[in-house]
Amino acid sequence: MDPSRFTRLDPTAWQIEPTGAMRVPGIIYADEGLIRDMDEKVYEQTANVATLPGIVKAIYVMPDAHWGYGFPIGGVAAFDADEGGVISAGGVGFDVSCGVRTMLTGLGASDITPVQKELTDSLYQQVPVGLGSKGAIVLDPLETDAMLKGGACWAIEHGWGETRDLDRIEEHGQMAGAEPSCVSDRAKERQRREMGTLGSGNHYLEVQAVSEIFDKKAADAYGLKQDDVVVTIHCGSRGLGHQIGTEFLREMLSVAEAAGIMLPDRELACAPIKSEVGQRYLGAMRAAVNCALANREIIGHYARRVFGHFFPEAELTLLFDVSHNTCKVEAHKTDGASKPLFVHRKGATRAFGPNHPDLPEALRKVGQPVLIGGSMGTGSYVLAGTATSEKRSFASACHGAGRAMSRHAALRAWSGRQIIKDLADQGILIRSPSVRGVAEEAPGAYKDVGAVVMAAEAAGLARRVARLRPLICIKG
Amino acid sequence: MPTPGWEDFPHGADVGIRGWGRTLEQAFEQAALALTGVLTDADIESQTSVEVECDAPDVEVLLVEWLNAIIYEMAVRSMVFGAFKVTINDLHLRGTMWGEPVDQAKHMPASEPKGATYTALRVAQRPDGTWSAECIIDV
Repeated sequence: MDPSRFTRLDPTAWQIEPTGAMRVPGIIYADEGLIRDMDEKVYEQTANVATLPGIVKAIYVMPDAHWGYGFPIGGVAAFDADEGGVISAGGVGFDVSCGVRTMLTGLGASDITPVQKELTDSLYQQVPVGLGSKGAIVLDPLETDAMLKGGACWAIEHGWGETRDLDRIEEHGQMAGAEPSCVSDRAKERQRREMGTLGSGNHYLEVQAVSEIFDKKAADAYGLKQDDVVVTIHCGSRGLGHQIGTEFLREMLSVAEAAGIMLPDRELACAPIKSEVGQRYLGAMRAAVNCALANREIIGHYARRVFGHFFPEAELTLLFDVSHNTCKVEAHKTDGASKPLFVHRKGATRAFGPNHPDLPEALRKVGQPVLIGGSMGTGSYVLAGTATSEKRSFASACHGAGRAMSRHAALRAWSGRQIIKDLADQGILIRSPSVRGVAEEAPGAYKDVGAVVMAAEAAGLARRVARLRPLICIKG
Repeated sequence: MPTPGWEDFPHGADVGIRGWGRTLEQAFEQAALALTGVLTDADIESQTSVEVECDAPDVEVLLVEWLNAIIYEMAVRSMVFGAFKVTINDLHLRGTMWGEPVDQAKHMPASEPKGATYTALRVAQRPDGTWSAECIIDV
């Protein structure tokens, strides 16, 4: 995008002034290079979201932003129900509560080396990935509803997780207000055999090693040391979330029209929060959040089982579990007074700063861990929420590297087999049911995750704690 | 008149699909083949058939409904489909799809489609009379 189209508020904040039907400005956080490389569609979609009723303050856009559905990926927008505010299925995304969890292992990188290949094969065997993979868990209707209410707590009750994990999961592992009765039979049917499966696309399970520490105090609080090995899981609410997104998007199209909401893009279909459909979507979406929390808890349990086989002494403890496709009711200050707002984060991570009351005691001093997935070759980052993010972005930060190149272009640029070989030469083992899938997810198809997190830090959204380099990647 | 066909086209993070043919129905059948192409390049045997029906207020939403119906059947049956037959009357679609159970070794499934979207959604008749049907698939 051309930087001259923006009002530059500071070195990392670029404002789209409200024009036409825009009710509020749009503010993109990025450095000049990221702005120049950013998709033109991000500008258009940011301006479109700013036209929705009841939007508060501004739409904020994260440094990893790219072209999304209605909302840009990386968009954060808060709505006030009392001011006609809306909820948008596209603003949450198809993969409701897609997110990342990172678990500490207490092992060092040198512990992995002698068993790296066997460990890789074992993880690939134990964690179902891709279409056609079958989870070991089959849900009947009663269990489905219990899972949709209970989230990670449900998984733990069934022995697929540990109670102490709950402190380290957003919403304490269980999203309140979930209404299984608002979830269609088709959505439930799609989930019947998908619990504990990773999915495909950009989802993965990685074994990583800490390659750099930026903030020792925060790293100590998080339990991260140079060369420490962690397990990171990226996935979401699987078929259930996708089906809910699909069905409500269609339903909201006619609701928005009936409510007189002018949609600049059909994908922005939304419903007033204070409407029957709005409330029904909230109940279903929150149930899908629980599905994602349960799913990541179960996959974490599978990882524990595999590590337990190779390293009987190892204990996998959860650092944190964050979601980056959500809408949550949170109290935020607007015009001096604190008010409950419906905060949509589409491809953006909640990033509570130090002393936030929702953080567990052990993390409260340094702020919430913000887990940033990179691509399989380049590594990932652990950031910490800052005190400034509340004011800058309703306490939100980026979520990943963000794609720089389409899957289409990636397939023409790279061969999956060659990528697997090149990464193996660098000591990174990849397993995937599809070599084509590997090419689509080529490291070079993503933005420079380092530049993204630097921009997030410079913008005061979150600060860097540690960098992680991949050792093993199980890819859907 | 060009022969029916399909292709994918670039999108930021996901993938666009396009089908075309002599009739609206043929364009929808080709778009369905393009959807399968998102997932696999392998040959697919017509072992089993599945029938679906859908309705929509216009032909564009009907395309999204049709593709989402296929995605649903793929997911719950764990199948891939390699042949499609569509009839459309007054925005009511009846579709038949033929396919086989997913075999990861044979089909090497890449990105599983999550849903068809309204982004870059276009169903139109070209000046030469052919129909084309396209949209972005979230993967």
